[in-house]
Amino acid sequence: MSNYETIETDILVIGAGGAGLRAAVEASAKGMKVALVSKSLLGKAHTVMAEGGIAAAMATVDSRDGWQTHFRDTMIGGKYLNNWRMAQIHAMEAPECVYELEKWGAVFDRTKDGKILQRAFGGHTYKRLCHVGDRTGLELIRTLQDKGVHSGIDVYMECTISRLLKDGDKVAGAFGYFREDGRYVLFKAKAIILATGGVGRAFPVTSNSWEYTADGHALAYDSGGDLIDMEFVQFHPTGMVWPPGVRGILVTEAVRGEGGKLTNSEGKRFMFDYLPPALRQDYAADEKESENWVNDTLSGKLKTDYRRPPELSTRDNVARAIYTEVKAGRGSPHGGVFLDISYQPGDRVKKKLPSMYHQFKDLADVDITKGPMEVGPTMHYIMGGIRVDADTAESKVPGLFAAGECSGGMHGANRLGGNSLSDLIVFGRRAGRGAVAYASNISELPKISEAEIKEAIAELEAPLTRDKGANPYDLQKRMHEITHSGFGIFREEADIKKGLEDLEKLKEEIKTVRVGGGKKYNPGWHLCRDLRNMAIAAEAIGRSALSRKESRGAHSRLDYPETDEALSHENSSVWKEGDKMQLAKTALPEMPAELKEILKKKEVAHA
Amino acid sequence: MHSGTTTSEAKLRNAKMKVYRGEGKDGTFKSYTVPVEAGMVVLDAIHYIQREIDPDLAVRWNCKAAKCGSCSAEVNGRPSLMCKTRMEGFAEDQEIEVQPLQTFPIIRDLVCDVSWNFEQNKRIKPFTPKPDADWTIYQEDIERVQEFRKCIECFLCQNVCHILRENDRKDAFVGPRFMIRVAGLEMHPLDSADRLPWLHEEGGVGMCNITKCCTEVCPEDIHITDNGIIPMKERIVDEYYDPIAKFLKRVFVRK
Repeated sequence: MSNYETIETDILVIGAGGAGLRAAVEASAKGMKVALVSKSLLGKAHTVMAEGGIAAAMATVDSRDGWQTHFRDTMIGGKYLNNWRMAQIHAMEAPECVYELEKWGAVFDRTKDGKILQRAFGGHTYKRLCHVGDRTGLELIRTLQDKGVHSGIDVYMECTISRLLKDGDKVAGAFGYFREDGRYVLFKAKAIILATGGVGRAFPVTSNSWEYTADGHALAYDSGGDLIDMEFVQFHPTGMVWPPGVRGILVTEAVRGEGGKLTNSEGKRFMFDYLPPALRQDYAADEKESENWVNDTLSGKLKTDYRRPPELSTRDNVARAIYTEVKAGRGSPHGGVFLDISYQPGDRVKKKLPSMYHQFKDLADVDITKGPMEVGPTMHYIMGGIRVDADTAESKVPGLFAAGECSGGMHGANRLGGNSLSDLIVFGRRAGRGAVAYASNISELPKISEAEIKEAIAELEAPLTRDKGANPYDLQKRMHEITHSGFGIFREEADIKKGLEDLEKLKEEIKTVRVGGGKKYNPGWHLCRDLRNMAIAAEAIGRSALSRKESRGAHSRLDYPETDEALSHENSSVWKEGDKMQLAKTALPEMPAELKEILKKKEVAHA
Repeated sequence: MHSGTTTSEAKLRNAKMKVYRGEGKDGTFKSYTVPVEAGMVVLDAIHYIQREIDPDLAVRWNCKAAKCGSCSAEVNGRPSLMCKTRMEGFAEDQEIEVQPLQTFPIIRDLVCDVSWNFEQNKRIKPFTPKPDADWTIYQEDIERVQEFRKCIECFLCQNVCHILRENDRKDAFVGPRFMIRVAGLEMHPLDSADRLPWLHEEGGVGMCNITKCCTEVCPEDIHITDNGIIPMKERIVDEYYDPIAKFLKRVFVRK
């Protein structure tokens, strides 16, 4: 049996994107010994790909904004399925978390009077996204990385955690391997924070990087945590569709925030036809008003009295509209629709959207200052995740915390653009504090069972020692077929059931997967483990999707196209019992009266 | 991004590739034939090999959208991001040779050990805002800083820097990436720390002989030498070698 090294720490943070880094910085600042595990090199996590901005009601651009309006927008965007307390904390704390980044060295784009500039985004009433061109995620992660390396945090790069270990019902440590040479490592910790991001690699067309293999979802599930709202998978409306190798790469919503127009093959600006009736009055009445809004934006005017263009509807809605247009035969040559910003001055486009300009020029031979882009939906984000306490970020498992995309509840049935980066820093910080409070009451490191470590090692090594078995890359392709046909943008009972049945067979094959080569930086071997995690997420998505017999937010059922008011007070929740996934509906926490008032009001007065 | 199974497109041609395989310096080049699709990049070809031929081919990558700077390699001798290097950019009969960055120890196949770079950042005094800063910052005062902050840490500049590559003086020079890290801090309008002594004595700014190889390979088009290193060299000269400036500095405290 292989050896392993042991690392003792107070708090272990798994995942080094925005949420994990922010949590680690917080815990370290409170005097805790912190180990931060990163599946990639530091600074490469998926956060780096975030483009458009961080949503925070700082009111630097539009003085009418405030946390109440941000809270309301978030709840409306989430179709009221959000955990109200998380949405409230998020809206209230986001501005101070952004200013904190600035004090740590982040350099945001500025208004003419030297404040942080904010831009428009889908579903946000006012211009609310603090940004740096279209590379905001890079700014966020680099700032936290620079802060982190001077905070005394021990960083373990290219390290994958395969299992959490418990002492009784409490979390006690984590076991995993280093990619570099396959050596094993045991972390003993008083508290663990999961910040592992999403599940995108389970889908064939995704904007997500390779790391997004549901690790945190699976680790929490295996340790007794609940996963909630897993049916809500966000398809970003605008991914690249051509050429084939770049299909799915994100085209930032900032293109639309800066005035980008969506048209079909007939040249029609179709989004005017897809606005939900209840929200119709929030958007421009016609192309003329939309143009006036854009002109105000171009002139640098802070407030505008015109209503925003229909392209700035919420992501769920725009993604469905594009999908519907393409299905109806009104798509672009490569199966998308057109997104055009080329009517604006070329220099402005290059200044505001530099990475989009280069991305299309370098990868698709398209000059976006001269002509339209072709775009279509791409799997982008999962609203569902580990159920946590809103204030402390603690899961059902004592000592296990979660923040960022791997946690659930904050975004309800659909996340607004820009609310992810703010989620990371608000709840990363909360999780750091929560874990410190918990760990402070524990005097000794919990005990770890040696037998369980042996089991963890045997499980990891099995694919390398089998004589025969399926190729992991083939199984990943099969996984993609299942999620694509069963759990995509539009769903119906028969397809979901078929997907779940196929998934059962796939799960059996994953148990016998085989790969050649050794343990030293062997991506095929790494995928064997990732497959298991993705299968858990896919099953949770399928079961939750089957159980929600309505359409709401990102969950669209062809067989139940309407939203059912009766279902607006319950989450889907899955957990593990024995080897089986269980599902139940759990009631949403009751919102206090003063917050209900905010949701009712059309205009919110801010102090 | 994705594994490319949803769009059916006629294969353009087959490309011949040679990929470095093996551990450390003991590897050899292995030949592969890869079908080329429209718009395909070298990283797609590497993924094809992983998926269809050698599942254990080691490669480091994350975003496949030129935003994370993980997939740096040398393609036909040119240091590049594999996710940005189009297969169509090579002649049909040209063999495409892919090897890991040569300035850092090779772990296996296309993956090398770049951890030395991460150590350098720890040596740089972090952002230190003036205590009484009011945080009004004008866009024109941060254009240069924002240029430096575009860096995605792909380390291609570190890989081609003569001081690090040919002379192996990692002990004496932190390299272009960290020169612009320092420049970004020094030019921040609200920073109050002084990194010049460190830059002069430990960072090794004087070792750079301005061949601009780093600027040439930067995928973010950062003017590393002209906008970052040269202005800092000038400040060092003023600070350490100009007697009048030295005198004035004693009289009027800088920053």
